[in-house]
Amino acid sequence: MSSAPAKPADLVTVNIDGKEIAVPKGTNVIEAAKLVGVEIPHYCYHPKLTIVGNCRMCLIEMGMPAVDPATKAPVMDPATGKQKVNWIPRPQIGCGTNASPGLHIRTNSPMVKDCREGVTEMLLINHPLDCPICDQAGECKLQEHSTAYGRGYSRFVEQKNVKPKRTELGPRVTLDDERCILCSRCIRFSKEIAKDDVLGFIDRGSYSTLTCYPGRKLENNYSLNTVDICPVGALTSTDFRFKMRVWFLKQTPGIDPESSVGANTEVWSREGVIYRITPRQNDAVNDTWMSDSGRMLYKQVKAADRLLAPMIDGLATAPEMALKAANDLLKAGSVAIVGSGRSSVEEQFLTKKLAEALKVPASLVSRVGQGDRLLISSDRNPNVRGALVTGLISALPTQQLTSLASDIDAGKVKTVLSVGEDLTAAGLAAAQLAKVSVVFLGTHKNATSDAAKVVVPTLTIFEKSGSFVNQQFRLQKFAKAVPGPAGVADDLITLSNLVSFASRIITPADLGGLWSSIAAEVKPLAGLSHALLPATGHVLDASAWADLPVCEGETLHYKPAAVPAAVNA
Amino acid sequence: MPAPQQRRLIFAHIDEPGYTKDLACYLKHGGYAVMKKAFTRKPEELIDEVKKSGLRGRGGAGFPCGVKWTLVDRKSGKPIYLIVNADESEPGTFKDRYIMHQDPHQLIEGTMISCFANNVKQAYIYIRGEMPHGARILEEAIREARDANLVGQNILGSAYSCDIFVHRGAGAYICGEETGLIESLEGKRANPRIKPPYFPAVLGLYQCPTIVNNVETLCHVKHIVDMSGEAYTKIGTPNNSGTRIFCVSGHVQKPGYYEFEAGKITMGQLLNEVCGGPLPGRTFKAVIPGGSSAKIMRFGERYKGKRKVGTEMVDYDWGVEDVPMDFDSLGMIGTMGGSGGVIVMDDTVNMVEALANINAFYSHESCGQCTPCREGSLWMKKITTRMVHGDAREQDATLLKSVADQIPGRTICAFGEACSWPTQSFLAKFGDEFKGYADAKKTKVPAETPLI
Repeated sequence: MSSAPAKPADLVTVNIDGKEIAVPKGTNVIEAAKLVGVEIPHYCYHPKLTIVGNCRMCLIEMGMPAVDPATKAPVMDPATGKQKVNWIPRPQIGCGTNASPGLHIRTNSPMVKDCREGVTEMLLINHPLDCPICDQAGECKLQEHSTAYGRGYSRFVEQKNVKPKRTELGPRVTLDDERCILCSRCIRFSKEIAKDDVLGFIDRGSYSTLTCYPGRKLENNYSLNTVDICPVGALTSTDFRFKMRVWFLKQTPGIDPESSVGANTEVWSREGVIYRITPRQNDAVNDTWMSDSGRMLYKQVKAADRLLAPMIDGLATAPEMALKAANDLLKAGSVAIVGSGRSSVEEQFLTKKLAEALKVPASLVSRVGQGDRLLISSDRNPNVRGALVTGLISALPTQQLTSLASDIDAGKVKTVLSVGEDLTAAGLAAAQLAKVSVVFLGTHKNATSDAAKVVVPTLTIFEKSGSFVNQQFRLQKFAKAVPGPAGVADDLITLSNLVSFASRIITPADLGGLWSSIAAEVKPLAGLSHALLPATGHVLDASAWADLPVCEGETLHYKPAAVPAAVNA
Repeated sequence: MPAPQQRRLIFAHIDEPGYTKDLACYLKHGGYAVMKKAFTRKPEELIDEVKKSGLRGRGGAGFPCGVKWTLVDRKSGKPIYLIVNADESEPGTFKDRYIMHQDPHQLIEGTMISCFANNVKQAYIYIRGEMPHGARILEEAIREARDANLVGQNILGSAYSCDIFVHRGAGAYICGEETGLIESLEGKRANPRIKPPYFPAVLGLYQCPTIVNNVETLCHVKHIVDMSGEAYTKIGTPNNSGTRIFCVSGHVQKPGYYEFEAGKITMGQLLNEVCGGPLPGRTFKAVIPGGSSAKIMRFGERYKGKRKVGTEMVDYDWGVEDVPMDFDSLGMIGTMGGSGGVIVMDDTVNMVEALANINAFYSHESCGQCTPCREGSLWMKKITTRMVHGDAREQDATLLKSVADQIPGRTICAFGEACSWPTQSFLAKFGDEFKGYADAKKTKVPAETPLI
């Protein structure tokens, strides 16, 4: 490396509409223009996909500084005293034009305006213009750009092309081919990101039709991303189709709790009802993608097997009665605590406080599945790292609670507190559960809740706020999108109540108060707070756990130190 | 001025009685002698000959062949491919088919010389899907040549090996666009690629440097190497060296193919003398000089301007009949020499109907990849079709022009120009016919439309 230059070598200065900006070499004009606050409309270009340049919406005027062909000396313009710019008479595509030294771009010239009007008109002539019944209305690029860059009237008096209106491309995606503007984003996504090359065009010209290859279906676990990136209402989510106008929906940031990847999500709800979940861009975690399975998780909120009332011995009771029963059982001693890798950092902190107050160890249940190398990792708990960071556990969890089972058999444990974990799924037999009193805090009915002495219902991730630590040791927060069922207390309230009773110290149950304690007591989280955590998360110092043999394969933005065998198929 | 004699270079043996397409006959006529001679020379020398000859591509664009060869990336270490573009699809053009059907070895010899000059180890002949017969002939010819060790491993005992494969096209006009052709040859839909970055000379077939040349161009290479580039420039006119094959179709007495020195014959001589003039009782109305995408010329109009003759600028004032048939002269007056497909229309032709026909072709052939061409070509077709079917409106002429103006220069490939130039030029030259078409359609009496 040479001595620090004033301008790093990989930065080039380009001029966009008269504004100079230094951008990394190779940045395309659309991205460079964004940096100076200039919007270049586009449909087919997507920052995470290859460039095909087929929509022609991003046409711009391009020029290069003039040099004398013989001497290579700059040609100056006597009128301005600056180097002359040779403007190319043909418009160029912004997406396919990369920044090079001295590149000049015009996005506001009459030629560019004419190009945009022309392309907009061409895109609309065979488009059904059924915005009033189209799901994309309100978040449709064609609608927005037509308003901003179109002529505002139609000169088309012919018959529009007729294409299939409701093709089921797969179990979750329905296609309206008439709305399709043939940008090929979905094709490129399937091929390049999902690695499932199922989509393609048939027929030619304006009759080109998007479809699946014969005998294939768009059924990979990332198929709904094609709906997100579709700039028009052609690809629609079969689940969300015709359910709600998007402008009525409220967006709440969330985290996909399926695995340790922690894909960032947007939860869309109205009046306490969730309608859909879409990815939230985080270039360090999930780019602009998320899995289909993660989008369907909101259905658990209204599931039939949801636990809605506190119970003692299977009979509904008042919340305070259930809590008292739980406290009495815990106070009686011989307690074992089973925490959860699905609990938030805050809940795990309280679980740890409870274990400390009762002077008992806590265990965790690990869930392992096949990673898909994309956004679902082998570690199917969203927050095992959180349990390590808060000190709830010090070693990696196991899939089976064998030591707890032997303790029960040996009669050392009389009461088991499970924070949302189904103990039978973790290897405890029904007979073993029958020997102890189980206190179950959970959201849904299962074998453990059936066998429990005391059941305290809790909230799903969509009904509470909190944070997770993902596989990169990135602390990410999620927020409450909808209120929980009537009568079900927040998990933090339930847990802090148990802690306060056991330790005889009042423990805060609100995120702000709780984080004051967390920041003070948990070293890796010192100085942090839930409120001030950035939307893209905060990476913690993970050196203390670097040597743990985590069961993780490669994902989109994560590479394990060494891949344990047979983790990825 | 009487028309010059034909100069049969490429078509020397086409339709010659007794001349057959097999190797024996080709060898009897001195075949492969040029290739043998070429193989004793340095490849760079051969490229220099082609550069000196000023040979311009015969596929339509007229890009200098020598320049195309120099642009090839020879430093990448990747193999260089040569593709023979035999996807002759431009309406009005039928020259390459004759070469392949009647003189396939001429093409193979030209291809092998070009391959040797460019150190190509593998060549493909991408032949139009609708020409299965031509493909069979080429396959057979290549087999013969391979058996005679003229193609394949260690050709004629030399260290040079090169094979040729015939690939049948996917049956679309766009497969003739060089990057579309490459995509098609790779087994994909023939969607043209964006340039930059996918210039065939750098990132062509299988992302390797690739040369794509027209059938006729490669045949010219054989003659250039034979007579030297210097001698070749003596044929034709400066910057338009060599011969041109004109495929004359339409309303003339003797349609067919004619090979002349480029620029030595005028449109008038070609149509009136060589092709015998208009059909009895008719007059010429219009002519498209270089395949259906070239801009149309209207008989009776004058082209004025200045042109370079030698080193001087000379005024010219031409009627359609006076235009010399070469790339530059035709380019100067706003149309193009293109592929040499001369389409003649006489006074019986209704220009709206003629354009409707052309538009139907281009809308059917647009690959559908980029917006202006995909939607514009079909829109123009829908307008002209509607006009022909009796629903013409007065504003249609303006609308058509406006639609056509939104296409060229804004598309991925040159199809944008190809599909819009007919509409633009028909309206520029025959705007009155389009404007008055609504009335013309209404007032047409049965007597004027006799049953054929």
